[in-house]
Amino acid sequence: MTIEAGRPPGRPVPLLELRGISKAFGAVQALYRVDLEVHAGEVLALVGDNGAGKSTLIKSIAGIHAVDEGEIRFAGRRVAIHGPKDAARLGIEVVYQDLALADNLDVVQNMFLGREEVTGPLRALHETLMERRARETLATLSVTTIRSVRRRVAGLSGGQRQSVAVAKAVMWNSKVVLLDEPTAALGVAQTRQVLDLVRRLAEQGLGVILISHNLHDVFEVADRITVLRLGQNVAEFRTSEATQAKVVEAITAGALSHVPGQQEESFA
Amino acid sequence: MSAPVVDPTQHRTALDRAPAGDSLGAYAARWWAEVRSGELGSLPIFVGMVIIVVVFQSQNANFLTAGNFLNLVIQAAGIMTIAMGVVFVLLLGEIDLSVGYVSGVGGAIVALLTLPGGDWELAGLPAVIVVLIVGRGIGALNGLLFTKIGIPSFVVTLAGLLAWNGAVLLIIGDKGTVIIQSRLIIDLANGFISATASYVLVAVAVAGHAAAQLARDRARRRAELPADPPSLIVLRVVALAAALAAAAWVANQDRGVPYVVLMLAGLYVLWTWVLNRSRFGRHVYAIGGNIEAARRAGIPVDTVRIACFALCSMMATLGGVVLASRLTSVDTGAGGGTILLYSIAAAVIGGTSLFGGRGSIKAAVLGAIVIASIDNGLGLLGLAAGTKFIITGLVLLAAVTVDSLARRNLAGAGRA
Repeated sequence: MTIEAGRPPGRPVPLLELRGISKAFGAVQALYRVDLEVHAGEVLALVGDNGAGKSTLIKSIAGIHAVDEGEIRFAGRRVAIHGPKDAARLGIEVVYQDLALADNLDVVQNMFLGREEVTGPLRALHETLMERRARETLATLSVTTIRSVRRRVAGLSGGQRQSVAVAKAVMWNSKVVLLDEPTAALGVAQTRQVLDLVRRLAEQGLGVILISHNLHDVFEVADRITVLRLGQNVAEFRTSEATQAKVVEAITAGALSHVPGQQEESFA
Repeated sequence: MSAPVVDPTQHRTALDRAPAGDSLGAYAARWWAEVRSGELGSLPIFVGMVIIVVVFQSQNANFLTAGNFLNLVIQAAGIMTIAMGVVFVLLLGEIDLSVGYVSGVGGAIVALLTLPGGDWELAGLPAVIVVLIVGRGIGALNGLLFTKIGIPSFVVTLAGLLAWNGAVLLIIGDKGTVIIQSRLIIDLANGFISATASYVLVAVAVAGHAAAQLARDRARRRAELPADPPSLIVLRVVALAAALAAAAWVANQDRGVPYVVLMLAGLYVLWTWVLNRSRFGRHVYAIGGNIEAARRAGIPVDTVRIACFALCSMMATLGGVVLASRLTSVDTGAGGGTILLYSIAAAVIGGTSLFGGRGSIKAAVLGAIVIASIDNGLGLLGLAAGTKFIITGLVLLAAVTVDSLARRNLAGAGRA
């Protein structure tokens, strides 16, 4: 069930490629020689049990954790990501599970938070430009559930908030979007909206990495599935060729190339 | 109610279909829906003011006279100035308990710097500038202790409350009471502009407001964004003109418009612009709403917070100058009494949330007027200070209760 990690000849260069990424927190080996690649226009699902290293991997890509070894290539070029700003400059945006929206601000204000456009000698906020661009971004993502971009985020539903967070991430010419559990707290209809949105991101040529516990969602939107277990790659599937049972098996009992020592057993 | 006007922009996307109703009726309906869902805005305070005016006028016919109106405004000026600064700190979700005695420091310094025969003999304006610099320094110190060392703002400024009280005592020393003799400082709360000048200024303010409204409307229409109905813009400008002209007319029946009102109007426009139209203001709201989101968005959270504390103390010292001007003297009790509590209460009664993220300069202005009205009205009734405090306390409680209920309503309606 494990697919050969090497790239078949003739395949395009991945947008984002991780090779042999390792990261330890003290005695805990959170990631061990993890490989990962995502192409433009593709949804890659990153699955694994709690403590498998998914969040650590995301944070490494986002520049929040520095990796101990391994290399990150962006569009074939080796890059160093030392902080969130570096990641943003490359076009890598992360939508965290808690969404990081300010409830007391409206949709436009949240989407431009920290990157407000200003105009004139007084450097006044350029509200019309920001509102226009926010509307355009939501329109290209076909987000039709948000009636007014001047509504405060406090008044939006979970699915609408997720849409705002995703729109905020893709507005800046992003190339790769990482979504951490985007459907975890949502109802059926709202999950539907968000999954459609994830699909549309890929259709627009972005590389999408989706972290999820929900295999049903994963099978619905992902093109490929990478399984992590105890910080290591244990399996990779094409969604069209896999079954949920096989993925579950890999998550819970995938073969490890490196048997964790005594110390690693404690981490969860 | 007219039929909904078809706006071509609404059909490009499904966005904004509902809120872009172009008629005044639709706008009013939407406003009412917002009020019902908990976005009360300034509504409670206007209702409160009507009650206050009716109650006091029925008890004492002097309440609604031009002379008393002016007294009330001048009484409100000091805490209004301080409360404007407090708004910035409250928006962060923090508190500044030192504003009372910091205002005392401001008053004491300005009195001594301008004292003829003293060590400095500065003119009024340079003295005020020195005071503002000192205030800014005090606030920056508060902000540094709070952000860099991580002491809760409550504790930092509680320590400040004691320390700056001590500083006032030391600055005044054994002089007891310092009489202010600088003409400029005295005139701030005791000088009045001519009637003609007041009407000219009203005209300028209304024209400025109208120009700003029109510019905003044109920019939005040019960008094909939903704009307010023209009738609403006209209504807003007319309402402002009527209110300002009436206030100026009433003031001119007595002594005229005090200089301090011009200063407050200028500060109101300045700080409202900063909060609503500058990146700094946007960041203040963002930090109050979700500090983690602000941090991840790359906002220099500590710098913004230090700036807010600096601004708060700066406005407190300026408020101290206003209070000193009103009494034309400064004594060892400067900055004490009810100043601290009235300033914070003014911001809160006006609708600034103690939990951060919600509030405005307008809140400080309206809240200070409410507090001064109660203080003034109860004074006219000849009630004891004890009764005054109890009633002011109850009003504060009522204001916070309304805010809490509105917030609960908001959460209920919002997350549905």
